[in-house]
Amino acid sequence: MITIKNLHASIGDKEILKGINLTVKAGEVHAIMGPNGSGKSTLSGVLAGKEDYDVTEGEVTFNGKDFLELSPEDRAREGLFLAFQYPVEIPGVSNINFLKTALNEIRAYRGQEEISAKDFLALIKEKQKIVELDAKLTNRSVNEGFSGGEKKRNEIFQMAVLEPKLAILDETDSGLDIDALRIVANGVNKLKSKDNATIVITHYQRLLDYIVPDFVHILYNGKIVKSGGKELALELEAKGYDEIKKQFEETV
Amino acid sequence: MIDTKTNITQTILDALTASGNKVGYMPDAKVVEAIRYVEENGIPNNKHEDYKYCNLEAVFRKDFKVIGNKFNSVANVDVHKLKNAHNIVVINGEYNESLSDKISGIKLSTLANAGSELKAHITKYANVNSDAMVALNTAFCSGGLFISISGIREKPIHIINVVSAKENAVINPRQLIILEKSAEVTLVESFVSENNSGKVFQNHLSEVVLNENSKLKSYRLQNEDENSHQVNTVQVDVSRYANYNTNTFTFNGALVRNNLNAVLSGDLCESHLNGLFISSGAKLIDNHTLVDHQKPNCESNELYKGIAKDKSTGIFNGKIYVRKDAQKTNAYQSSKNILLSEDATINTKPQLEIYADDVKCSHGTSTGKVDEAALFYLKSRGIGDENARKLLLQAFAQEVIDKIEIEELQEKVIKLFEKAL
Repeated sequence: MITIKNLHASIGDKEILKGINLTVKAGEVHAIMGPNGSGKSTLSGVLAGKEDYDVTEGEVTFNGKDFLELSPEDRAREGLFLAFQYPVEIPGVSNINFLKTALNEIRAYRGQEEISAKDFLALIKEKQKIVELDAKLTNRSVNEGFSGGEKKRNEIFQMAVLEPKLAILDETDSGLDIDALRIVANGVNKLKSKDNATIVITHYQRLLDYIVPDFVHILYNGKIVKSGGKELALELEAKGYDEIKKQFEETV
Repeated sequence: MIDTKTNITQTILDALTASGNKVGYMPDAKVVEAIRYVEENGIPNNKHEDYKYCNLEAVFRKDFKVIGNKFNSVANVDVHKLKNAHNIVVINGEYNESLSDKISGIKLSTLANAGSELKAHITKYANVNSDAMVALNTAFCSGGLFISISGIREKPIHIINVVSAKENAVINPRQLIILEKSAEVTLVESFVSENNSGKVFQNHLSEVVLNENSKLKSYRLQNEDENSHQVNTVQVDVSRYANYNTNTFTFNGALVRNNLNAVLSGDLCESHLNGLFISSGAKLIDNHTLVDHQKPNCESNELYKGIAKDKSTGIFNGKIYVRKDAQKTNAYQSSKNILLSEDATINTKPQLEIYADDVKCSHGTSTGKVDEAALFYLKSRGIGDENARKLLLQAFAQEVIDKIEIEELQEKVIKLFEKAL
């Protein structure tokens, strides 16, 4: 589905990603873990097309297309979804209008007709249930005045409506209490299929109890320094990041 | 040789004197006083503090040195009418009775036919010695429009001001609007142009009187073409318990300068001034407001939002006076602006002068670009750049557009807003 080869990216003069290699196939869940400052958010930002970063080397192929050439909106239309670590509040833009515009632009890109108002409302109703999102929230402005947990649930709700091929969850667990975490994780699990894939970016192992990954990668200092199965996350949790830092300090 | 640079004011005065058919209702002494003020102060240019960014003298020098003052006739204005309102039509500054609706229960006429009320009110509010454009209007105003309302009017009154110049022209339309004690009315003013083949400078002046406990909800919709220049002065006197609420929407016109002055001359009254504009091309849109708190226990609110595109200029200048007697005043003002291009300019200036000690006043102003974080968020969901910006700008304007209580007017404003984006 997505192949990342030798990806280097910087902000200004500072190189943050120093050669990322990663392949994710349909039906897989990958977790990327790493200490603060290792480049986790930069990776998600670069993949979504955030302009703050300069890609200096490497390539990203998504379903056979050169992904780095595409605008952020075209990446979304191709089937990428980034669940933001800090979802943006947009006063005055209603959640419903926003989602309908997004869905219809994605459909137009794929040569599909606009969704009817009736079908859209039915879709919204169905998808709200997945993350137990209060119907009142969908009528409000995008994320405005939402609690931390509501914002994260709203991200997964959007994901449910837009049905991406690849979802990147950027620290979706941060700021969530255990109940909200369970709801969000259940939502993600319900949306999982053999045709889509998920990349879970997280600092903590906690979320991976609920969203069980097929592969775990440790990102440190802009590189994936270790990959393994779900047991790697547990190992990391037990030993802490200091062990990793010690082990890889010399090599990077 | 005459230096035309310094004598453009005299040129204009001479041309207006030559072309003007004297309406006769303005007292001669006022006309003399007004002309003297214009001669002494000149058409405002950027050396006048209040016209620092809005050089009218340069506009006159460029396009109105020679004025023919010939107009096209306008036979039909149906497209500009509101369905659920009484429509009054003013063409090139003159009230057109045959195109206007007949309205029973209100006083409606030209100023010349206003009778005794004219004498009691004319020039009492808009001081000829305060501003050269007020003085110019006072000296050369056209037939004008007089409306006096008593009681509660359910149906809005809509004044359609149409300009259609054949040759370059300067017009000075004038209005006197009186709300009697406890009267309530909604007034919409549309400023439009039809087949302007010449350039037109409209120096429009309204004196508005809100007597005790009256309530005026007013809207101005300014959407003239690019041959139209407009100075629009509204001088409002708000008495005890009265409520003045006005919303100004400006979407087109080569130059639009609004001087909106609300004098809160009674206690326990309130005024709400809101505005929304989009400037584009090389246009200039300038909103100057003044709220003068003269008596205690009054409230004023102000919210102006502007979007400047291309090489255009947007200006907001909001003065609030709180006089010594105006204790327990609540005055709020907010001006928010978005610049859509590197070459666009916004000048915004709040001016508070407070002489009372027990007041609550606040003001805030911001000018920035479209929120990049919000823009990226929308795009990351598949929304294209153009639509994403449109959503954000609509959201920005919504707060002002939501204040419109007439559905068909709101739809019209939304349409014009989207077109202007």
